[in-house]
Amino acid sequence: MSLTEQQIERYSRHIILEQVGGTGQEKLLSSKVLIIGAGGLGAPAGLYLAAAGVGTIGIVDSDKVDLSNLQRQIIHHTNDVGVEKVKSAENKMRAINPDITIRTYQTRVNAENISDIIRQYDFVIDGTDNFPAKFLINDACYFNKVPFSHAGILRFHGQLITVLPGETTCYRCIFNSPPPANAVPSCSQAGVLGVLAGVIGSLQATEAIKYLLGIGDLLTNTLLTYDALTMDVRKVRLNRNANCPLCGENPQITELKDEKQVVCDLKNCKC
Amino acid sequence: MNLVVNGKETNITDGLTVSQLLVQENVKMPDMVSVELNGQILKRTKFEETTLKDDDKVEFIYFMGGGSVVN
Ligand SMILES: [Zn+2]
Repeated sequence: MSLTEQQIERYSRHIILEQVGGTGQEKLLSSKVLIIGAGGLGAPAGLYLAAAGVGTIGIVDSDKVDLSNLQRQIIHHTNDVGVEKVKSAENKMRAINPDITIRTYQTRVNAENISDIIRQYDFVIDGTDNFPAKFLINDACYFNKVPFSHAGILRFHGQLITVLPGETTCYRCIFNSPPPANAVPSCSQAGVLGVLAGVIGSLQATEAIKYLLGIGDLLTNTLLTYDALTMDVRKVRLNRNANCPLCGENPQITELKDEKQVVCDLKNCKC
Repeated sequence: MNLVVNGKETNITDGLTVSQLLVQENVKMPDMVSVELNGQILKRTKFEETTLKDDDKVEFIYFMGGGSVVN
């Protein structure tokens, strides 16, 4: 692939970077990244990866845009309320960069469909907001050997880790299984500072680009934690866990299955 | 004795277990926390029986979703 004049201009600030250059930009243009969840984390990731010229971007989400999403899901605008999130996200990404291919999956990932989707991509961004999906993505990426970025945000805290399945610490190395239902924060303890999604989702996009280009040090075996109130940023070294039920010495998980969803519904919550 | 908890020097009474440290450090939802002790994730079933030693490095790692109320 060689860059057109327009592409050279569009991506000039990448191309002049020694670590990217024309070759790196061509690499990005021929890369495929899947974003699962077009919400708080997926929004900035999708926008930046589109702008960066990642050639094929897939987005998975089954939801429609809700007014309460707009506080943090910056890929969706006020007039998108009621529109499928994947459609709304696709429109913004195309507007930023008509140069790339967007594939949309208006669905929820489950044990049946996830492998067929992720297998087509070089890197996966977990932008989901629930634990069953996070465990499913971890397990599916492990079985299909697709690297991914895991992230979570809550209140004023965010964290992320990059996983090269079978090589580096996975989500189940840290957390064996989803938290028990009665341990999950009640609605009054949940909530999130909107901009936090932008910070952490952008870091996930950074990891994707670094992985695709093969530059720098990935956040592998390392959890980056960010506290917006104190502005403490920490890198916590997390070694692989020999007792990991997925990638440990005696794995108990040998096939994909859906974990139970634990729901706290704000509208019906008595908290 | 002194521990490093989430990167911060912390003084605790001798003989404290991991379970007791979770209480002392005011961790409100211990089921939402994984504990790493000196670079290794500690099994939840070992929290009660594991006594902390001088200079131990402890990390509390919290479960986080996507900030949605559906967590
Ligand atoms: Zn593992």
